[in-house]
Amino acid sequence: MIVGGIDVVTLISMLMVASTPVLLAATGELVAEKSGVLNLGVEGMMIVGAVAGFAAAVTTGSPVLGFAGGALAGAAMAALFALLTQVFLSNQTATGLALTLFGLGLSALVGKPFEGVRPPPTGKVPFGPLSDIPMLGRILFSHDWVVYLSLALVAAVWGMLKYSRAGLILRAVGENHDAAHALGYRVIAVRFAALAFGGALAGLGGAYLSLIRVPQWTEGMTAGAGWIALAIVVFASWRAGRVLIGAYLFGGITALQLQLQAAGYAIPVHLLTMAPYVLTIVVLVVLSALHRHGAQAAPAALGRSFHASN
Amino acid sequence: MIRLIRRPTPSKFWSWTTPILAVVATMIAGGLLFALLGKPPVEAIRTIFWEPLFGDNADYFRGQLLVKAGPLILIASGLAVGFRAGIWNIGAEGQYIMGAICGAGLALAVYPAESPWLFPAMVIAGAIGGFLWGMIPALLKVWFGTNEILVSLMLVYVAQNLLAYMAFGPMKNPQGMGFPGSRNLQQYPSAFNEELIPGTGAHWGVLAALVAVIAIYVLMQRHIMGFRIRVAGEAPRAARFAGVVPARLVVFCLGLSGALAGLAGMFEVSGPSGQITDGFNAGYGFTAIIVAFLGRLHPVGILLAGLLMALTYIGGDMAQMMLNLPSAAIQVFQGMLLFFLLGFDLLTNYRVRLGGARA
Amino acid sequence: MNRRSFLTTTAATAVAATAGLPLRAAEPMKVGFIYVGPVGDMGWSFQHDQARQAAEKALGGKVKTTYMESVPEGPDAERALTQLALQGNQLIFATSFGYMDAVVNVAKKFPKVKFEHATGYKRADNLGTYDARFYEGRAIQGYLAGKMTKSNKIGYIGSFPIPECVQGINSAFVAARKVNPDVEIKVVWAYTWFDPAKEADAAAALIAEGCDVIMQHTDSTAPQAKAQEAGNVYTFGQASDMSAFAPKPRIGSTIDNWTPYYTKRFTDAVEGKWASDATWGGIASGMVEIGEITSAVPDDVKAGALELKDKIAKGYHPFTGPLNKQDGSVWLKDGETPDDGVIAGMNFYVEGIKAELPK
Repeated sequence: MIVGGIDVVTLISMLMVASTPVLLAATGELVAEKSGVLNLGVEGMMIVGAVAGFAAAVTTGSPVLGFAGGALAGAAMAALFALLTQVFLSNQTATGLALTLFGLGLSALVGKPFEGVRPPPTGKVPFGPLSDIPMLGRILFSHDWVVYLSLALVAAVWGMLKYSRAGLILRAVGENHDAAHALGYRVIAVRFAALAFGGALAGLGGAYLSLIRVPQWTEGMTAGAGWIALAIVVFASWRAGRVLIGAYLFGGITALQLQLQAAGYAIPVHLLTMAPYVLTIVVLVVLSALHRHGAQAAPAALGRSFHASN
Repeated sequence: MIRLIRRPTPSKFWSWTTPILAVVATMIAGGLLFALLGKPPVEAIRTIFWEPLFGDNADYFRGQLLVKAGPLILIASGLAVGFRAGIWNIGAEGQYIMGAICGAGLALAVYPAESPWLFPAMVIAGAIGGFLWGMIPALLKVWFGTNEILVSLMLVYVAQNLLAYMAFGPMKNPQGMGFPGSRNLQQYPSAFNEELIPGTGAHWGVLAALVAVIAIYVLMQRHIMGFRIRVAGEAPRAARFAGVVPARLVVFCLGLSGALAGLAGMFEVSGPSGQITDGFNAGYGFTAIIVAFLGRLHPVGILLAGLLMALTYIGGDMAQMMLNLPSAAIQVFQGMLLFFLLGFDLLTNYRVRLGGARA
Repeated sequence: MNRRSFLTTTAATAVAATAGLPLRAAEPMKVGFIYVGPVGDMGWSFQHDQARQAAEKALGGKVKTTYMESVPEGPDAERALTQLALQGNQLIFATSFGYMDAVVNVAKKFPKVKFEHATGYKRADNLGTYDARFYEGRAIQGYLAGKMTKSNKIGYIGSFPIPECVQGINSAFVAARKVNPDVEIKVVWAYTWFDPAKEADAAAALIAEGCDVIMQHTDSTAPQAKAQEAGNVYTFGQASDMSAFAPKPRIGSTIDNWTPYYTKRFTDAVEGKWASDATWGGIASGMVEIGEITSAVPDDVKAGALELKDKIAKGYHPFTGPLNKQDGSVWLKDGETPDDGVIAGMNFYVEGIKAELPK
């Protein structure tokens, strides 16, 4: 299907792959923020996930183990963040920024021996005749397993937040940690778990970059994807379903911008790249205007340190 | 079981001791890291912390310390005011960019006219640029209750793209052989933010940073606004009774920090950097957030923290050059320093007790 | 400590004076480099670093090199260059266009130290420039692309709309059109030298547009990997050989080989014969090398490509008239070739390219 010189089917299937790393990272960050912690270190966790996943996959020869390694490394970085912010009660904003700095450096050091190496390939999921369905086949049934995993994770997080008791506790901790503490919930343990989950997903997203999307390891290869993940969570106003829309929107603008160029349009690249961020602000404003006298979209305890005073 | 008990007031003793402890801990951990990389650890640490201050050619590097620390201190001291009040501007990077675009834009618009009024006008333009960019999250917060952390962060990306657009489009040097980037303001005498005393590195921005530190100190300690800010941050409910208008506070804090960040950007683009390029912003706005916290949101602390950060940058470069340390190792080292500084800060605000069940 | 006292005025002048002293035989001459990326980028900075090592080895202990990687353009570059000069490096290479104004400033401060700036156009008595005629390599790629494409669509991933890239696009297109009049070229600007994910996306977009030969002016191997995944798409190594992707998709490459140049300049400096000049080397001088043309290319096409390479080495200009500009106006008459100034500032497409050059 061609619209204005752009093949829409290709665009959609491309943006699904392009958006997967930020979708994974944003879903993880969503859970962390729902617990009331703002972790600005997504970029650092992603890049450590990228290098660890790559190293694990190359060493073992198994991409699946690579993804596991990436997730573990991301979770380990998040645990470091959790230790500092939850136990040592350091400021979350500053610690998150420091985590990014640390992660970028660490990944570059660890990654030296893996420069110029090719990772074991990850194949597409064999859907057989399904992938031959016109249009839908290419959009829905032509990807690697991680793309489907990312979608499943979004659904799982959505269900968990909405229907499960764990989700309820998570939200309670994020909205009012003192009250949650008074009710007997272990605020710090919940936040540790949420952060670790967020880190694991960020690591997974990083590993997707180095193992499938690019695929190779190079220093600094996340190139700001972690920051986009943070923007997506805001854009999504802390709802799992909207994270999906946000990730595909942000990823889609990049894919669209390149495709428009390839189709021969002269477009103002920078103004177009700016657009999703402006849109995010508009969404934020609309949401906060709507909720002016009710509940705010952001978790109420977001960014605040918790210390049980008695 | 280890328990933490909040101190009624932060400990004076620990607030001075923890930074020293953190630096020592970083030296040990960093030394291990360097040893792992096969570099002489003591030599590396000495190069980072000693060489720029007291080594050969230290005269030059001490000046560079000011060049590097100036914008950090200027931005961080503005941010700290807001942070004290519980108003979180994390978009200083964007305000820094907008200050530079406005300041340089003015100069480029009137090029090549020479006038003694140009530079002061640029200073005002830079401050206004940052101020207005800070007003966006401020007004959105006041009118709609929109979260300022997120709006100010999003505006960083908007500003970055605007910067790239300017560098490739409207501000591109017409005599630049088709390359991106504006004219170099260092070659435009009226617009050049020159060193005040040659060889010291101290340009107007460094002076402005010192003035800002003093002014903010006075504001916070001696002025009613400082009192309101502290009350609003420490006891928001009490603040209402004390007659603090939250909206005014938001506008004041974001406006002030935006204007200072804008100034920093303007001094940088007209001085050390010279040009609007797409990579002009080197992360000062984000690093300044770290500096603000390292300095415990206190002007004097920020002054020291800014100098310490600058030292690790410059010393790190020297270690890279003299010992062939990879730049990534320096980044890890800086990351560790920040972790230790932030983590040890616990001792300032809390008493650590061993044993004992819950009271 | 005594040493500091006589360095009181400016450190710069003191060291500049010592830097000019004749060398004792036993002491190797110090040579410094700054790179814009990490040495592990496998592209631009990697090639410069390889050449640095090779040239140092070739001089057999007569020079000792140091480098600093990931030096941002702007004030940090100026400090890094000063630092290298203060450390007693007598010949300093700044290997990115964006270092231009910084290296000009530092060269002024250290008149006795020799500087070389890659891809720039500002020179001084102690500041030379060097660059490679990458467009000569692009002509070979264009020839191969014109012969190998089945869809008659060639894709080009541009980094920034700067003369160097425009030269490459024009040169490739002219050569491709000569052997295949139906060929079209599609250009995507990535606005980055190095962002693997974005480069991969750009390649995917071009492949989706039907391009079956992709040229890249960005440094990562991500487009190669994308092409490999797509199957019947051919690519070329950029800056370095990228032979990991041979024989397919990578069917050839343009290699920046700085080794002969660095070896020569090191030697000149050691022997005291160094003089500032503007070097613009190509295939003839070995600065631009064509990597192995792989078995995926039919023998006759390979022979044709090598013949073109020899022709260029012997003086044939890839831009030989008759050639028109994109708007149809005459650029070069029959047999005419452009002078270097026109090429260096090239900001237009040749006739037949449909894309619009961003202004």
